[in-house]
Amino acid sequence: MSDHLNAIELVDVTAGYGDRAAISSVSLNLVPGSLTAIFGPNGGGKSTLLKCIAGLMQPWSGSVQVLGAAVGVNAKRVAYVPQAEQVDWSFPVSVGEVVMMGRTPALGPLGRPGAADHAAVADALARVDMADLARRQIGELSGGQRRRVFLARAIAADPEIYLLDEPVTGVDPTTQEKIMNILDAEAARGRTVVATTHDLACAAQRFHDVVALAGRVVAHGPAQLVLDQSVLEKTYGGHLVPLAGGGVVLLDDPHHSHGAHEGHE
Amino acid sequence: MNPLDLLLTPLGYDFFVRALIASALVGVACAIVGSFVVLKGMSFIGDAVSHAAFPGIVIAYLIGAPIILGGAIAAIGTALGIGAITRRSGLRSDAIIGVLFAGMFALGVAIFSSIPNYVGDLFHFLFGDVLGISVGDLLALTLLVFGLLLVLRLLWKELLFSTFDPLGAGAAGLPVRRLDDLLLILIAVTIVISLQAVGIVLVVAMITTPAATAQLLVKRFTAMIQVAALIGVSAAVIGLYVSYSLDIASGAAIVLLETLIFLLVLAFTLIRSRIYAARGAAKI
Repeated sequence: MSDHLNAIELVDVTAGYGDRAAISSVSLNLVPGSLTAIFGPNGGGKSTLLKCIAGLMQPWSGSVQVLGAAVGVNAKRVAYVPQAEQVDWSFPVSVGEVVMMGRTPALGPLGRPGAADHAAVADALARVDMADLARRQIGELSGGQRRRVFLARAIAADPEIYLLDEPVTGVDPTTQEKIMNILDAEAARGRTVVATTHDLACAAQRFHDVVALAGRVVAHGPAQLVLDQSVLEKTYGGHLVPLAGGGVVLLDDPHHSHGAHEGHE
Repeated sequence: MNPLDLLLTPLGYDFFVRALIASALVGVACAIVGSFVVLKGMSFIGDAVSHAAFPGIVIAYLIGAPIILGGAIAAIGTALGIGAITRRSGLRSDAIIGVLFAGMFALGVAIFSSIPNYVGDLFHFLFGDVLGISVGDLLALTLLVFGLLLVLRLLWKELLFSTFDPLGAGAAGLPVRRLDDLLLILIAVTIVISLQAVGIVLVVAMITTPAATAQLLVKRFTAMIQVAALIGVSAAVIGLYVSYSLDIASGAAIVLLETLIFLLVLAFTLIRSRIYAARGAAKI
């Protein structure tokens, strides 16, 4: 894969549920090695955008190219991590088995996990500091550990593109730090990382680029260049309250009505 | 009669031995598909598909076609129809299931009620008649169980991934929709082949109850299937003896036994978690 090529390329993409468009006319180019946060209000289309890139939703119009081909062609080189609430954590499966799922697509229908696959699983678990929890049932994990298991599953797949839906929402600062260090390292070795987030501070501080999304792309670029009051106002609209000192405060509760708007299947 | 005679006397009858083998095979088959049904939250689909088989069975009976074939066509058609309509209509699947389930069963009842002659054979499909099972039915059940085990062997990791996390599996390129359809077909075929033993009304219990019981007890999917199969087979064998000695319907006896096991296990797990909670509180 040559470096000048876009890893992800959206041209004029409109998509939604039922008759409501969640994103309209979104055009976006992401280069290999970029570390991008998609932020915006609830219902602003963050998850929808990610699902269009992952091939989990068919856009109504526009085109999505992933690694230079139509969505789905390179699916095995893409790892998608869903929101934690979308998974049944009482499912009878162990941490190690979940991480091994990352190896499943590459193995093919008749392939059986071999030494290399078990080594990849062990490595991935070690990178998220969960090597000693491989045999745990996933329901016994804390919230932060659950995110790390899913990140390990993505790492085990050794993908060229990471798509993560709210990977750091509701996790403790230590876990957030760990997850971001790993994503940073993956981007540094040329992987393309895209994550949605509610956490504006995290988006601004830990990602290289940000995409402000409110049904459409309000701004896209390095956080320190594009994040100003006018962009935030356009992104969050009435949810943004100016403070006397010149700052702003964001009224965007990540738990409020979240499932209703974006947890849609 | 001493207890040993109670066990051995029925074994002198061929029909009883056939019924034992058939119930055990039904127990295993239902445990396998039931584990997927329970984990995917599809119990209602099982109920719908079993009732949807009824018009197919009645029509096959009327035109003299193999009854299992008629039931299978109606059941598989309905199962896949539920999936397809849900994907296109934007309605929730439980509403679609409710509509198709009632509509298909009503069609079966309508045709059934128009038959002027005695239709005792068809009543067996409603309530099950494992004691009347034929050698051909046994063969079909054996093939079903081997077929299910083969599918599990070949597609285990794909089914595990797509059942646990359909979004992650779909994004990674697994054919989630085709795997879903395969599961629906396996559920439909299992239900139709099991109908003769336990009947339309009770087959969903054979699918759901042992798997739900097993999920309370174990923490791995493979173990869940094994425990569900063990419960299914034990309930089938013991239920059949109970049915024979007390002269009650075999399907009902088996399902009542499974329900009893479920309630006992549920009570056990609730008490166990209370004890753990109390111990945890004592430590603090």
